[in-house]
Amino acid sequence: MECEAAVSCHDVTLAIGGRTVLSDVCLSVEAGSFVGLFGPNGAGKTTFLRALLGLVPVLSGEMTLFGASVTRGNRGVGYMPQSRTPNGGMLTGRDLLASGLSGEKWGLPRVSREGSAEVEAALEAVDAASLGGRRLGSLSGGERQRLLIAQTLLGSPRLLLLDEPLASLDPVRMREVALLLREVARKRGMTVICSAHDISPLMGVMDTVLCLVRGRARIGPVDEVVTGPVLSELYGAQVEVCHAPSGRVLVSADGL
Amino acid sequence: MLAYDFMRMAFAASACVALLAGPVGWFLALRGQSFAGHALSHIAFAGAAGAALLGVSPLAGLLGAAVLAGGAMGLTGRETGERDVAIGLVLSLAMGFGVLFLHLMTRSTSTAMALLFGNVLGVSAGMLASLAGAAVGGLAALGALSRPLLFASLQPELAEARGVRLRLVSTLFLMLVGAATAECAQITGVLLVFTLMVGPGAAAQRLGLAPLAGMVCAAVLALGEAWGGLALSWWTDWPVSFWIAVLSVVVFFLAGLRRL
Repeated sequence: MECEAAVSCHDVTLAIGGRTVLSDVCLSVEAGSFVGLFGPNGAGKTTFLRALLGLVPVLSGEMTLFGASVTRGNRGVGYMPQSRTPNGGMLTGRDLLASGLSGEKWGLPRVSREGSAEVEAALEAVDAASLGGRRLGSLSGGERQRLLIAQTLLGSPRLLLLDEPLASLDPVRMREVALLLREVARKRGMTVICSAHDISPLMGVMDTVLCLVRGRARIGPVDEVVTGPVLSELYGAQVEVCHAPSGRVLVSADGL
Repeated sequence: MLAYDFMRMAFAASACVALLAGPVGWFLALRGQSFAGHALSHIAFAGAAGAALLGVSPLAGLLGAAVLAGGAMGLTGRETGERDVAIGLVLSLAMGFGVLFLHLMTRSTSTAMALLFGNVLGVSAGMLASLAGAAVGGLAALGALSRPLLFASLQPELAEARGVRLRLVSTLFLMLVGAATAECAQITGVLLVFTLMVGPGAAAQRLGLAPLAGMVCAAVLALGEAWGGLALSWWTDWPVSFWIAVLSVVVFFLAGLRRL
């Protein structure tokens, strides 16, 4: 077992456009854990993930990944951004994945034999081999999400940063994608930080919860953080956590 | 028809232009920036008219204005919503200046017609050499740029995280579009640059080929349309630009049929 932390922050302050988003955050994410990242809109979930990628400068404090300081272009980190471009609707899933294979280098977008083997392996790992030949414009939201998860596996990263991978999916697809993420992460021994709006679909998938609220961070095991009193205090509104007879846990805010 | 020197020149010149315009157009269609390409040609028109007024070679004015405007377009913001309006305004202003420059010139009509609708049958040996030079330089630049450009077009945020400098890549690309536009304007005129640049690229996109094959296909289609236009113009005595425009639209629709 690795004992070093996958992510560690000491007194980290992040700002975007002059506005402080997170201040003096101290936290540590154990290697191999699956972290659900929550918080209200604008709380800094995306900023936090982008800081881990080296895209947002750390104003003060220290942020390390597996003991090394954060650098842009770190191949040990897989990333799934939140926004999707409509570009390339006529290209296939394989083309999309292949474009990321050393896509930062100058030259022609030629795909080597090893490159296409890696793309195939990534597609198979998420059961998406059949999506590889389909045009991007013809994929449903869930299929596209699956393809983008395959994309994060290229380069065999140790850490996955997923920004809202469950956004705009129906409840069944949400759960499917969440379970797929857990399976892939376990098989490959990856650490995952996955942001989401809805806590329920990640119950049973994540083992750690990280909440960002009003510039502060709170991290802890699921059963300690996902409780009515803790969430109510964090969000500043009445939040109820219901344990259904089936063993499922549902989280609902007041007024819903 | 190849017995005439001016026809051989025209075929050679349009080959230079088409081979660069096709792949550049493929990326324009991929990135949804064809309106920007269209605007660059109008800015190039103002540059060429201004150069003619000052007694400088119009080709230099065309190339200079288009490349500089492409660079400026890439360096300024990327808010797409406002961008359409900004591009439209700059485009109209450039056309306005172009008209003013032509008005200030005495020998305006033939120059204006050549700039607006192209004059491929009047290509001189010197012009052919500069077109060939620009084509070789442009293709070399596109060859170096295409990999990060493809990545940035398909997955911009991931590309940024992997170390691609998005602003630099998009600025270099728009400068290249400027160069290709200036070249194209020699053949089709500034008003019909779209036909040779975006038409073949968009048709190749519709065929759903892998990126590298798509770029090659766009170059081949552009070459076919340019040469086809020349040949049809020879037989019918109608303008080359007209025939290229017709072929471009026909090929685009045929490419769409294949998809069904």
